[in-house]
Amino acid sequence: MSKVNITINGLALQVDANMTVLEAAQSAGIDIPTFCHDPELTKAGACRMCVVEVAGARNLPAACTTPVAEGMVVETETERVQKARKTILELIWADHPHDCLTCEKTGSCKLQDYSYRYDVKGSPYQGEVREIPFDDTNPFFFRDLNKCILCGKCVRKCHEINGAGAIDFMNRGFGTKVTTAFDDPIEESSCVFCGMCVDICPVGALTPKQGLNQGRPWEVDKVLTTCPYCGSGCTFYLHVRNDKIVGITPNFAGPMKGHLCVKGRFGWDFVDSPDRLQTPLIKKDGEFVEATWDEALELIATKFKEVGAQYGADAIAGLSSARTTNEENYLFQKLLRSLGTNNVDHCARL
Amino acid sequence: MKATHQCHAADPFDYAPVDEILERYQGQKGATIPVLQAIQEVYGYLPRQAMEYAAKQLRIPFSRIYGVATFYAQFHLTPRGENIIRVCQGTACHVRGAAKIVDALKEQLGIEVGETTEDLKFTLESVACIGACGLAPVIMINNDTFGRLTPEKIKEILKNY
Amino acid sequence: MMEAQSYRVRVGLATCGIAAGADKTYDQLVPLLAEHGIVPERTGCLGMCFSEPLVEVITPTGDSYLYGGVTADKAAAIVEQHIVGGKPVEELLALASSAATENDHFMSKQHRVLLEHVGVIDPESIDSYLAFNGYKALIKAVNEMTQQEVIKEVQKSGLRGRGGAGFPTGMKWNFTYQAKGDKKYVVCNADEGDPGAFMDRSILEGNPHALIEGMTIAAYAVGADEGYIYVRAEYPLAIKRLRIAIKEANNHGYLGNKILGTNFNFNLKIKEGAGAFVCGEETALLASIEGLRGIPRPRPPFPATSGLWGKPTLLNNVETYANVPAIFRLGAAEYSKVGTESSKGTKVFALTGKIKKTGLAEVPMGITMREIIYDIGGGIQDDKEFKAVQIGGPSGGCLPAEQLDLSVDYDSLTAAGAMMGSGGLVVMDETTCMVDLAKFFLTFTQSESCGKCTPCREGTKRMLEILERITEGKGQPGDIETLEELGSAIRDSALCGLGQTAPNPVLSTLRYFRHEYEEHINEGKCRAGVCSNLISYFIIKDKCVGCTVCAKNCPVNAISGERKQPHEIDQSICIKCGVCYEKCKFDAIILK
Repeated sequence: MSKVNITINGLALQVDANMTVLEAAQSAGIDIPTFCHDPELTKAGACRMCVVEVAGARNLPAACTTPVAEGMVVETETERVQKARKTILELIWADHPHDCLTCEKTGSCKLQDYSYRYDVKGSPYQGEVREIPFDDTNPFFFRDLNKCILCGKCVRKCHEINGAGAIDFMNRGFGTKVTTAFDDPIEESSCVFCGMCVDICPVGALTPKQGLNQGRPWEVDKVLTTCPYCGSGCTFYLHVRNDKIVGITPNFAGPMKGHLCVKGRFGWDFVDSPDRLQTPLIKKDGEFVEATWDEALELIATKFKEVGAQYGADAIAGLSSARTTNEENYLFQKLLRSLGTNNVDHCARL
Repeated sequence: MKATHQCHAADPFDYAPVDEILERYQGQKGATIPVLQAIQEVYGYLPRQAMEYAAKQLRIPFSRIYGVATFYAQFHLTPRGENIIRVCQGTACHVRGAAKIVDALKEQLGIEVGETTEDLKFTLESVACIGACGLAPVIMINNDTFGRLTPEKIKEILKNY
Repeated sequence: MMEAQSYRVRVGLATCGIAAGADKTYDQLVPLLAEHGIVPERTGCLGMCFSEPLVEVITPTGDSYLYGGVTADKAAAIVEQHIVGGKPVEELLALASSAATENDHFMSKQHRVLLEHVGVIDPESIDSYLAFNGYKALIKAVNEMTQQEVIKEVQKSGLRGRGGAGFPTGMKWNFTYQAKGDKKYVVCNADEGDPGAFMDRSILEGNPHALIEGMTIAAYAVGADEGYIYVRAEYPLAIKRLRIAIKEANNHGYLGNKILGTNFNFNLKIKEGAGAFVCGEETALLASIEGLRGIPRPRPPFPATSGLWGKPTLLNNVETYANVPAIFRLGAAEYSKVGTESSKGTKVFALTGKIKKTGLAEVPMGITMREIIYDIGGGIQDDKEFKAVQIGGPSGGCLPAEQLDLSVDYDSLTAAGAMMGSGGLVVMDETTCMVDLAKFFLTFTQSESCGKCTPCREGTKRMLEILERITEGKGQPGDIETLEELGSAIRDSALCGLGQTAPNPVLSTLRYFRHEYEEHINEGKCRAGVCSNLISYFIIKDKCVGCTVCAKNCPVNAISGERKQPHEIDQSICIKCGVCYEKCKFDAIILK
């Protein structure tokens, strides 16, 4: 990759020629605020929070869409830049509910963070405010479109990464809204509830139902784990508070870049389910009865021996699970072969 | 790809015109808007079934085609009147009293801009600029343009419809 | 009878003419002229909208008589008196080649290069275009010049984009030529959406082949084999005539495959817009052709390197392309003799608003605003006082009387806070309220905002709300400063050109008419008498004769009084519609 020389905030940098100003700044540890940027999505340049001053430019270009060029001189926090950012925040503020005290997003909300950073304490603009009914019709997440800042990351994730294409922008101008075709309930759309939209929403427009009111971001321990549902190996952070799982954040740095499916993203309430089996059950006289692991394994071994003796080892077959790892599957076939059978299969082959 | 509308056996909607339109634009790049325009030409508006069907056939998410339909002023998702009255809201018309023409139309028809009369005879709409500024203020009824209007002339014009 | 056969009759049948009844006049003329063996010709718009419908009679000796206001009932008079009787119909005469009329200035101050044949040729006949050296420029370019030579010639002409910011056309062509790509497109922006502008419509309806010829030369120069004309759906007649013209050009080998027998192919298609002003922005226009929401994309990449479906794309507007054949017909050197140092050639303006002669005028760059408004346009309607002229549509700005002697060129206009834009000129007099005008433009941009970027979507909305409050008499101290700060933040940070220029009407009226804003806010006064919350109608007792006309016409019965006695308006009932003011024949009603 060819390199170019640029200066950001007086810092001379040599960066890849195909970088944007935002990427170049990030590579040098300079933080430029953004709402609508996501490294794996099409560059939108929509929120305009990342505008910077570039020597020789008439306006303030957006750092996220402006490519670097040889000799470019960039300033990221001049008075003019801060004024523009402040205006943008005040404009959003003018049409955004002010319920930060109880908003589930408090503590991980970009609007909150940037309002703090740029000393926005209110909005000088009074006027029409959107009044879109709160939507809690689907089982997994709340939609409060009055909080939506129309950054469009959810739309791009849905179309570009998931492919479900359940939501898009409707109408235009001040009436723009992110929703399904004909504003149908989410469940009646092509949504597969991967939850990626919830995870990248920078504000409180999309929040998960599970974990509601059960802990602020700073009150939870984040435990990195691998999803047990299938063999893909998606990793995510479990939010743990008082020994209970209260939420999930994807691991964007992991092998799956934070992409999850409905099961991994929302299907963890079984962990603390009272219906969950705690011990093996053995059927005695038509009824399942609790047993110890020793009893259960003893019974299985006995049955294998009996079947093998009576009908031959080929009467035994093993079906393994896609939820297990490669190593576990290897051990599984090893076990079956030690019993003398080659009848081994795997659910994912079906 | 052809004539899959049979699967809508229980659906009384007439999909044949949509099939005909889709056939006409088959293989053309960027056909979404022309297809929607053609559908509206046939049905007078964009029926949901036709849009959903066209989205499927064009292999575009339903949400996307809906996003397109709600973006452009030309598209309508509900049935409209037999005659479409468009009042020009251009600068020249504004300066020459378009507001009074709108008031006269509203009074005559008893509806607001964007509405349709109960007998489905007229729909009143505003349009950014017809481009007949020299004759301001102007309105269009269907494809006919009427210029140099005064509120008094409105009554006369409407009589012919 | 024999002499009569060599008379020619043309009827201006553009949208504006038809709206004034020219089609009915034409229908009336057909049988009347048939008796004399004459078939009336259809033509485009001569630009004299103020006297539509227009009928031109050309005598056997070549003299031209242009008749104005020829409604269907007057058609017979022209046939009987002029064509049969040989005597021009004086009272309908709008312009004559051999006699003086009051409209002489309208034409003589113009410099018609683009519009030379608009209103002369039949736009639905390629033969008519060919008769005036049509497609000669294309033949010259394709047969005698290399691609680089064509681009050089356009660069030498000094032509700049006629649609907005005035980017040098030759440079744009060169960028597209140099861009690497197996496929390139040439696209024409015919989405003339500026309220108050109809220059492009008149070219599309009056001389569509000039556009096609210009685009084909461009395609040859940049190496494109496919093109689109994006026309707004509000121009049905233009679309119809373009379709005919493209078909005929294809049949004659000026378009399609193996143009003029060479290996150069160029296939041209029409895309109809669907009603979104923002599609006049080039990246939004391309998104719309691709079948998406017409939403601007960040630039770079510019369309020249990555445009339609990611391919190098040349994008110019109608007027820009229509200039191209003239450049090659005249030669760049001759073409660029007209205009100023930095703005070459002519510009077509649509004159509208409170001006006597509304219409289209093509003028040399560098002419003054005063010449356009007073010499060509005949001054202000009803001889009222000129107040301002809005130039450049919703992205442009207002210029006051002090700027009437400003040279009309790209750079002077920008420096004065307006812009060339596509060329709409809306003239305003003392009865126009400048705050109301700014509100009008913001209403427009706000309802046409695509909604993608925060500053434009939210910012224009809040600016509009402040303006609404001011015009309702609810303005507060500080509103003007808020408008200025918000306006400059939007200009600085919006995504596309339309968003960045959206505050211009407010900022320019604030620059030149700040006192009107201050009067609204501080004194509760609208000097133009437009903002109804800030005005009241009163009856002057001495002047009122008690005719009762006002009381009869008042829609809310706010006026009372005995017949032949002075009347009175009940201010608590009055809705300030102004009907009484208009109806009073004795100037007894005043506005305060």
